[in-house]
Amino acid sequence: MKMLKSALIAFSLVTAPVVAVAAIAPVTAPVVAAAAKTTVKAALPDAPTALAPTQGMGQPANGQIGIQPQVTDLGQEAQWFHDALLMPIITVISLFVLGLLFWVGVRFRKAANPVASKTTHNTFIEIVWTLVPVVILVVISIPSIKLLAAQYKPPSKEAVTIKAIGNQWYWAYEYPDHGGFEIVSNMLPDAEAIKRDEPRLLAVDNRMIVPVDTEIKMIVTSNDVIHAFAVPAFWTKMDAVPGRLNEVTFKVQKGKEGVYYGQCSELCGARHGYMPIAVEVVSKANFAKWIASKGGVMPGAVKTVAAAPAAVVAAPTPTLPAAPAVAAAPVAATK
Amino acid sequence: MSDIAATHDGHAHDHHDADHKPGFFARWIMSTNHKDIGTLYLIFAIFAGIVGGGISGMMRAELAQPGLQWLELFSGATGDQALHMWNVLITAHGLIMVFFMVMPAMIGGFGNWFVPIMIGAPDMAFPRMNNISFWLLVPSFILLLGSSFVSGGTGLGAGTGWTVYAPLSTSGSQGPSVDMAILSLHLAGASSILGAVNFITTIFNMRAPGMTLHKMPLFVWSILVTAFLLLLSLPVLAAAITMLLTDRNFGTTFFDPAGGGDPVLYQHLFWFFGHPEVYIMILPGFGIVSQIISTFSKKPIFGYLGMAYAMVAIGVVGFVVWAHHMFTTGMNVNTKMYFTAATMVIAVPTGIKIFSWIATMWGGSLSFKTPMMWSLGFIFMFTVGGVTGVVLANGGVDNYMHDTYYVVAHFHYVLSLGAVFALFAGFTYWFAKMSGRHLSEALGQLHFWMFFVGVNILFFPMHFLGLQGMPRRVPDYPEAQAYWNDIATYGYLLMAASMVVFFVNIAYAFMAGRKAEGNYWGEGATTLEWTLSSPPPYHQFETLPKIG
Repeated sequence: MKMLKSALIAFSLVTAPVVAVAAIAPVTAPVVAAAAKTTVKAALPDAPTALAPTQGMGQPANGQIGIQPQVTDLGQEAQWFHDALLMPIITVISLFVLGLLFWVGVRFRKAANPVASKTTHNTFIEIVWTLVPVVILVVISIPSIKLLAAQYKPPSKEAVTIKAIGNQWYWAYEYPDHGGFEIVSNMLPDAEAIKRDEPRLLAVDNRMIVPVDTEIKMIVTSNDVIHAFAVPAFWTKMDAVPGRLNEVTFKVQKGKEGVYYGQCSELCGARHGYMPIAVEVVSKANFAKWIASKGGVMPGAVKTVAAAPAAVVAAPTPTLPAAPAVAAAPVAATK
Repeated sequence: MSDIAATHDGHAHDHHDADHKPGFFARWIMSTNHKDIGTLYLIFAIFAGIVGGGISGMMRAELAQPGLQWLELFSGATGDQALHMWNVLITAHGLIMVFFMVMPAMIGGFGNWFVPIMIGAPDMAFPRMNNISFWLLVPSFILLLGSSFVSGGTGLGAGTGWTVYAPLSTSGSQGPSVDMAILSLHLAGASSILGAVNFITTIFNMRAPGMTLHKMPLFVWSILVTAFLLLLSLPVLAAAITMLLTDRNFGTTFFDPAGGGDPVLYQHLFWFFGHPEVYIMILPGFGIVSQIISTFSKKPIFGYLGMAYAMVAIGVVGFVVWAHHMFTTGMNVNTKMYFTAATMVIAVPTGIKIFSWIATMWGGSLSFKTPMMWSLGFIFMFTVGGVTGVVLANGGVDNYMHDTYYVVAHFHYVLSLGAVFALFAGFTYWFAKMSGRHLSEALGQLHFWMFFVGVNILFFPMHFLGLQGMPRRVPDYPEAQAYWNDIATYGYLLMAASMVVFFVNIAYAFMAGRKAEGNYWGEGATTLEWTLSSPPPYHQFETLPKIG
């Protein structure tokens, strides 16, 4: 009886923090974000006018069959690899097999070939159809490995760091190089998206703003379940895993300012289909203007201004590190 | 009086050719006969297939147009609860088709029916264990279906996806639903492990005199390799989902970073099972197709040893490629390069199989009966699914397609057009052998062509949707993805209509089908099941056949 009681207490000790954390987590972030918004708005310069999305760029187009147009060097390299090498190879292989099936079906149908041969071995042909695929795979693997190496090339020191944090069911973007303010990005309701002439389910209230022709070092993580930060036009997809900081770099080519959409790409619960990503790529000058409008500072500028908003918006971060401290207790208790 | 005499005659007749069939309850509930258990598995798989296919119809209805049309009606709720219903549908569809349709039909159904016969054995090595393998599936299925009616957090049912990724499946899904789904998987896993032990023992110890390993029909080889994959991979799944269970209920933190765990660890464990699992679903199909191609070409299989060891190679390599399902989890570049290279290696043994099937037909005398049509469809569709697999194998390319409809198209080409084509091939090939009655050839051809055209219209546009960036597992999409979704819906309708033809065909066979002789496919059919009557006697090979 006593044992049962202590077991129950141990059990409730174990479960309580989990429940508590679960209860707090979703509430904290939006509240802080709202606070950040109101603090920042008061006496800051206006942001540059938001760009309008371009048809056929950075979003799907009806009836299209291929990869979205790529606006990064890496994306174009990958697209070339897919469109110019992989697609022709797999199309030829499929048609070759189909052709063989048709040929064999016609040539060796019962009416044309009433007596079957008894051939069951031909070492030469067996070696051929083992080695030819090996050669094809080697041809594929060389650019493939090169592409991987390029995708993993560490960004330069000048790269702009942005931290994307997945939450059920919205994204938050932190700008640690610019004072550490945070943007909370929720999907626009259908009516509002249509009013703004943006695609439904892809448009957001606050876009992630990045400068053109600049390396962007994304740090991707999550506050709750696994999400995935994905922007097809950049060939970028990275899981947002709680407890991990994943890194991915992209650099939008000169002259490719615009709006590029993506969607959460890892099942994350009820509104998985409703947490889009919208990246607005702006000129470097407009990026600096936008940073100023958010109360941030460009790196190298005097940092006194940044202190105040940074303090407010840095607040959401502790929710994550705080969790281990709370949940560490039950581990001890169960021992 | 004459009635009694007639009954008596029938009874005596039964005794004469079918040697002591037990009564209904003993025969079907306490079954120890491999053929009866095989039949139970097939009936179960057909039932589960109807449920899983019905769910895919619900999903297709919702995806037919942009916007939400059906989810509120399906769930009887609004808002997030209705959206949660979507996740319940995708989860149930995946789990049912994998664990309760394809696996029971391939391994439990055709494996049970034909492995003992093909090796000249009277039954499986452990007949009672065979029975519990089947009967564990029933409560397992009930648990899974039942999980849809209890709370899974946001709404009713488990909405975690068939992969049950933590932390969505732990802290992200309160309520008993996910626990029920996990226990369901435990039972299904135990069932499959017992089945695998049974097959391995049977194949190693009960082959008739002269039936060496290198003389076994390729279907038996395929089941042998599959059984090893099951035996080695399922315990890992069991471990992973047990850790989920304790994370959910007993305060452990295997997959919770707050306690030093890691959600990605779950994915490694899951896919260490999950990748062999996809070969578990397709390898028996390779076996079935090999038998059929050989039969209808009137030729022995080309490159028999290469075919057998290609399956062994696929099984072995299948265990060292799992992380290609995790290319976007943030793995380091060397790991990604390794898994890219290792994954592409699988294309080699698969290519050997494709070309060996074609070479088997080369020089043959081909007839294009329904099972042959399904097999030819299988070869081509599996090739298409295979080459998109080569695209996805490239880690640097995959991060575009990962978790998009391109992946959905890829795995439906290898499963819905691969494994399922093989199932229909096997079903139409062996139906008369199992039941003693022929299906209608005309209805069979009609079913094949409607299904073939239907699933291609259904799944091919999904490649385009994926390349245009449509993520998986979403109930709604922007208007710009409406065109191909609309086309896909017509494909679904054609496919669904073809299934009506299939069931009419079965009903026709039982009501009016021609009686089948022992070897109704003629000289091309050379394996041992064709030496027996159709249906085979209740106990076959009481005197073991000698293989020359």
